[in-house]
Amino acid sequence: MSESRLCLSNITKRYPAVVANDGVSLNVQPGEIHAVLGENGAGKSTLMKIIYGAVKPDAGDIRFNGQTVHIRNPQEARALGISMVFQHFSLFDTLSVAENVWLGLDKSLSLEQVSQKILEKASQYGLDIEPSRPVHTLSVGEMQRVEIIRALLSDPQLLILDEPTSVLTPQAVEKLFVVLRQLASEGRSILYISHKLHEIRALCTTCTVMRAGRVTGVCDPRQETNASLSQLMIGSLPPELQLRPQTAGAPVLKVQDLSLERDDPFGVDLHHIHLQVRAGEVVGIAGVSGNGQRELLRALSGEDTRAAHTSMVLADTAVGHWSPAKKREAGLHFVPEERLGRGAVPSLSLAQNLLLTRHEAVAQHGLLGLLGWLNLGSLQRQAQAIIARYQVKAGGADALAKSLSGGNLQKFLVGREIEAAPRLLIVSQPTWGVDVGASAQIRAALLALRDAGCAVLVVSEELEELLELSDRLHVIADGRLSPALSREQANVSLIGEWMSGLWQKEEAYHVAA
Amino acid sequence: MLRLEPRAQTSALWRYASPLLALALTVALGVLLFVALGKDPVRGLQVFFWEPIKNAYAWSELIVKGTPLLLIALGLAVCFRSNVWNIGAEGQFVMGAIFAAGVALTADANTSSWFWLCILLAGVVGGMVWAGIAALLRDRFNANEILVSLMLVYVAVMVLNYLVYGPWKDPLGYNFPQTKTFEAVTQIPKLMQGLRVNVGVFMALAGVAGLWVFLFRTHAGFAQQVGGLAPDAARYAGFSSRKALWLAFLVSGGAAGLAGALEVAGPLRQLTPFVPAGYGFAAIIVAFVGRLNPVGMVFSALLMSMFYIGGELAQSRLGLPRSLTGVFQGLLLFNLLACDTLMNYRLRWMRAERTN
Repeated sequence: MSESRLCLSNITKRYPAVVANDGVSLNVQPGEIHAVLGENGAGKSTLMKIIYGAVKPDAGDIRFNGQTVHIRNPQEARALGISMVFQHFSLFDTLSVAENVWLGLDKSLSLEQVSQKILEKASQYGLDIEPSRPVHTLSVGEMQRVEIIRALLSDPQLLILDEPTSVLTPQAVEKLFVVLRQLASEGRSILYISHKLHEIRALCTTCTVMRAGRVTGVCDPRQETNASLSQLMIGSLPPELQLRPQTAGAPVLKVQDLSLERDDPFGVDLHHIHLQVRAGEVVGIAGVSGNGQRELLRALSGEDTRAAHTSMVLADTAVGHWSPAKKREAGLHFVPEERLGRGAVPSLSLAQNLLLTRHEAVAQHGLLGLLGWLNLGSLQRQAQAIIARYQVKAGGADALAKSLSGGNLQKFLVGREIEAAPRLLIVSQPTWGVDVGASAQIRAALLALRDAGCAVLVVSEELEELLELSDRLHVIADGRLSPALSREQANVSLIGEWMSGLWQKEEAYHVAA
Repeated sequence: MLRLEPRAQTSALWRYASPLLALALTVALGVLLFVALGKDPVRGLQVFFWEPIKNAYAWSELIVKGTPLLLIALGLAVCFRSNVWNIGAEGQFVMGAIFAAGVALTADANTSSWFWLCILLAGVVGGMVWAGIAALLRDRFNANEILVSLMLVYVAVMVLNYLVYGPWKDPLGYNFPQTKTFEAVTQIPKLMQGLRVNVGVFMALAGVAGLWVFLFRTHAGFAQQVGGLAPDAARYAGFSSRKALWLAFLVSGGAAGLAGALEVAGPLRQLTPFVPAGYGFAAIIVAFVGRLNPVGMVFSALLMSMFYIGGELAQSRLGLPRSLTGVFQGLLLFNLLACDTLMNYRLRWMRAERTN
């Protein structure tokens, strides 16, 4: 048996509040696509940063090709032959592809030579890219190709990919897998970080599962089922969702021909959006991020009031120019994608954060009402009730929002908006970065709200989630919204095609026929 | 070697201990400074920390200087908590003094004894007008409020100089650049005969209580601060950032203007080129040393006032330059900024590691 490419033994890294890695061992063979599976916060990212030299472990050994190594920084990691593609791209929007790649390279090369090298690698792996294009004109998938080519230029023996598919359409994921398999066949090792079970089962040959900083199992994912993998990942199985059929009621939200110009240079224009959400139904909007979701949600919530007043009708009243507070009074509640900093103020307590959207604890009458006096006691009780009902793990109503994990804060924020008894609830990325248990709980709460007759609009990048929740589905691509698909019509491959805006050609075809 | 290690949570202890440690360090550095200047350090400390509180007269002087500092700092705390950077309180103070003097100069022997209220009101309006310019430019043209408010300080000083060297100069004043002394009826009521301290101190204390209630017990105060802590959250909640901007500038301008009016109609009794004494800038330090907390600022205002008086005494008793006041103020602020590191980091003694 040949020597392992990478061998970690007993890696431990402690942070003040948490042990991120606790005696972690990992073995990667040459030519192997090795998955590291775990929930958010399981310690995957810390482990990768240790391998890449960005974080120094407190204890443990790293051996690369049989040699014990001390990787002190990413430069040393690259010199050894370790490259990493991060989840969040580090590209400058205003520079061209070649200029971006050039920044990380030896200064002795000319821009011409860099472009040449990019084209070489691109044709070798079928990663189609034009070196002279400015980065801001690229799609997210193309930006990822740039990052991968950049990583490949140093001819790495080990390539680390951190959640590479979170921004890709299903078709683009397939293309990426072809490239990764080709790389592996050349004898390169790949460490593939993900929490998506079906991808790991389709791509990887070995899988190390992590939970709460420890390794809970090493297996061959091709031999496992989704259930057995998630058992290793979370320790228990999430409850199945019970979806009861229900007939939808009267329309609560009508969006009619909403068009909006972008308000920042890298935003997206919205074109002629038509959308209807009825009482007692969940409408989903699928799409790769950066296709107008942000702009549409800001217009719907009232954070952007530039839309035509009549383009948005909430229960027979035009509300296009209304502020978020006024829309909320009319029953439109919104849970934004960014929890810290938008949905909640990080440095304030959970109780204080209630005041962003709830006014039950503010005096309404008499002199105190005039002052807007806060009843701190009732605010405290209100927060405690939400914490109890939604099983939020927090140090009480006075815990600072930033001290909560992503999942627990999201449970609190969803609870805050649901408890307001909205007529329409809009949720963006309801379970992004949320662990499996909390995700199931949040989805169940959204369905219960639907069953109680509330209109629910969910915008998400997780297709599985949308297929599970929605009664009807739209796809957003390049600022345009597709026609609605019923739950029965929707399937992964069709929606994947629509994510690239392909329904428009289809429509044209139908019109012609 | 010593290493800084991030804390999991902001230390509650160091939140309060940090200003005290900063003060201790300032005193220690002060001792070194006196030794370096060849003065007796014990005598030096006595001048700064004992003389200003040793009797009723000293306390009266301490409060006379502490009151404008506190009033201005209260207003600035509203600004800084809502992420509005008004650093031109000095200009608003001067403009308040000018407006107040303009009203005070119209008084004659028959004026009502309540006229001082009109004077103070004029001061508030003057400060608000001056701060309103910065708010307007920010609101309409997105002009940087730090630059605008700072530059308006120098404009206000020029307006003051124009008035005292020109139209408002006292014809019987031997050509000195000053207005005539105000009528006795315009005097702000004093607390005690023979001492300069006046009712302004009660206004400042009422301001402390009012601000505390506003910040910590009202919805408007909450909304005001969210804009400073997380602007996106304020937009999400629907709290108007324009309203927060105007409120912050008008409150801080009004408070600085009131301080200016109290100063000119209280201890000064006339307009001179020496009205701008740096209270507007020192109040920025008062606000931050007091943790932008109304009660904390009472203590920091008294401390800063001590430095003012100490500096003057050091000049007459020890023959040291009066700029020692500024040195102490600066030392305190920088020490505080350094000590605040300890809120989020802990010091840890580490054995030097061998680098291989």
